Amino acid sequence: MSTSITEDDEDVSRRDVILITAGGFAGVLGVASIWPLLDQMNPDSSAQALATTEVDLSHMERGQAITVMWRGKPIFIRYRTDDEVAAGKDVPLSELPDKVARNANLPDDAPATDENRAAEGKEPWLVMIGICTHLGCIPDGQAPGSNKGEFGGWFCPCHGSQYDTAGRIRKGPAPENMAIPPYAFTGDTKIKIG
Amino acid sequence: MAHQSTYQPSSKLGAWFDERLPIPRMVHGQFIDFPTPRNLNYWWTFGGILVFCLAVQIVTGIVLAMHYVASPDHAFNSVEAIMRDVNWGWFLRYTHAVGASMFFIAVYIHAFRGLYYGSYKAPREVLWMLGVLILLLMITTAFMGYSLVWGQMSFWAVTVITNLFSSLDMLVPGLGTTLVQWIWGGYAVGGPTLNRLFALHYLLPFVIAGVVLLHIWALHIPGNGNPAGIDVRLKSDSLPFHPYYTIKDGFALVVFLLLFAGFVFYAPNYLGHPDNYVPANPLQTPPHIVPEWYFLPFYAILRAIPNKLIGVAALFGAIAILFFVPWLDRSKVRSTTYRPVFKWFFWLFVADCLMLGYLGSQMPEGIYVLLSRLGAIYYFAFFLVVMPVVGMFEKPKQLPGSITEAVLGKEAAAKAEASA
Ligand code: HEM
Ligand code: FES
Repeated sequence: MSTSITEDDEDVSRRDVILITAGGFAGVLGVASIWPLLDQMNPDSSAQALATTEVDLSHMERGQAITVMWRGKPIFIRYRTDDEVAAGKDVPLSELPDKVARNANLPDDAPATDENRAAEGKEPWLVMIGICTHLGCIPDGQAPGSNKGEFGGWFCPCHGSQYDTAGRIRKGPAPENMAIPPYAFTGDTKIKIG
Repeated sequence: MAHQSTYQPSSKLGAWFDERLPIPRMVHGQFIDFPTPRNLNYWWTFGGILVFCLAVQIVTGIVLAMHYVASPDHAFNSVEAIMRDVNWGWFLRYTHAVGASMFFIAVYIHAFRGLYYGSYKAPREVLWMLGVLILLLMITTAFMGYSLVWGQMSFWAVTVITNLFSSLDMLVPGLGTTLVQWIWGGYAVGGPTLNRLFALHYLLPFVIAGVVLLHIWALHIPGNGNPAGIDVRLKSDSLPFHPYYTIKDGFALVVFLLLFAGFVFYAPNYLGHPDNYVPANPLQTPPHIVPEWYFLPFYAILRAIPNKLIGVAALFGAIAILFFVPWLDRSKVRSTTYRPVFKWFFWLFVADCLMLGYLGSQMPEGIYVLLSRLGAIYYFAFFLVVMPVVGMFEKPKQLPGSITEAVLGKEAAAKAEASA
């Protein structure tokens, strides 16, 4: 009998079990630990906590616009004149580059009519996220006398996107209408965004 | 590495150390004795200049980081405090800010040198691709550094550039938005965004330094290319790196430093944008957003295309295409000096890049849009059409028989051949 260990003497199958289980666990844990490393970058609890804002609109007059902050984003609130509402209603859907309402309070496929863009049952009120859907600039058109673009709504100075009085994209590189955030009137002149 | 070292330790201590960790031997073989083609011109001095630039950015950056505060409430003021209160702070910050521009001047010259002399051709394909990777890392690093100032241009550049990824929504709805919010760490650019940009701005230059080492390693396997584009063959074709090229590189560096110092001391803000001295305001986009000058050609390409997704793809494609240059160019000859047809297309390409740079700084309207489109088309056509097609049909000029002949003429070359 030989004293040295040969291939035959070794319990090869036992070694395989160790290799496969240890390797398998190490692999699974290694992959699983990637998730915390990635997910830590997502918006944290404090960012999510800022998710609702209440706004009092009682001081606003027809034709006036204000900008408030919600989740670090500007929200455009415009109390539209009858002319502005009529201009929004006059446009046939077929002329719109983006035909869906982009209104978080309506189904995803709701058409981009003026009614679907405005506050429910209060068509003069338009509440939307004031961020150009091209690359995120803030369009002009809120302050009196600022450039409202060819369609009387908003004009983005960055790459020239033009929005109409219902905040719908009409011309330029932006692909979508400006988004309507989730919001609701909590009183006659009070809204809660988020 | 390819070249065998002739290192002889000059002291007992040197020999003792060399046996244990042969760093002196490596330095001697790679940077003193290293055989270098005798015909390198001044376009070859930018490699050394680039190493210098990286060192300047790292040294000035680390000391700036000792005074900088990465929070939206304090970032802008801390940069102003560096300028006004910190001893020599103005000098350190201007050197870092101008240094980034100088770094890009050098890297663009270095890369165009490579394109002109066919430096990307076999056996230097990996060397070239490492260079493109360094360029990509530099672009990322400089973008992140610019954001740290947290002025109006910083803020809106971050907003626009990170929003490029939202174009993925057009492929898979929601994907782009999810990705962008992950990058921001919020629902808009804010404090978490600034913090991570700072962490990465600190990290990436060291990653660049690592890739630079690989780049130099890959260079020292085949050795330098040269303006004639032919291989080193005779002993008289090359010279030891030191003193011949340490002197030449050193002289070029001094001239480069004159320009560098000229900007730092006499026109430190010339290459920047005044709007970045206005604190970031998330509610007000400046009337005209422009990136730093070194990004303008790419910005012009982005804006030339009316479709958001395709525009973004073209922007990234403009850099990614460089990775494929070694296989796009079908010419057997390396140096454009011997390529009578390609030469014209090359200079047209240089002019095209300069034109795109100018257009990137203008408002995107009227004739500027048309020119940007033509410029973007030629940019891609140069790589996808000119490189393969001209390479196949062009009849190159007669190449010199050796580097010695290219420098000293036929007679001297004949003598060298005879003695070889
Ligand atoms: C590849 C090398 C680097 C490049 C291209 C680069 C580029 C830039 C740029 C363009 C700026 C904005 C300058 C301004 O307008 O004020 C900046 C700022 C800054 N960088 Fe770097 N940088 C590099 C390396 C580093 C390193 C290694 C550090 C170390 C932590 C650093 C720390 C900073 C800090 C703290 C600021 C903000 C203060 C300021 O604005 O001057 N950088 N960088
Ligand atoms: S961000 Fe508004 S047009 Fe580009």
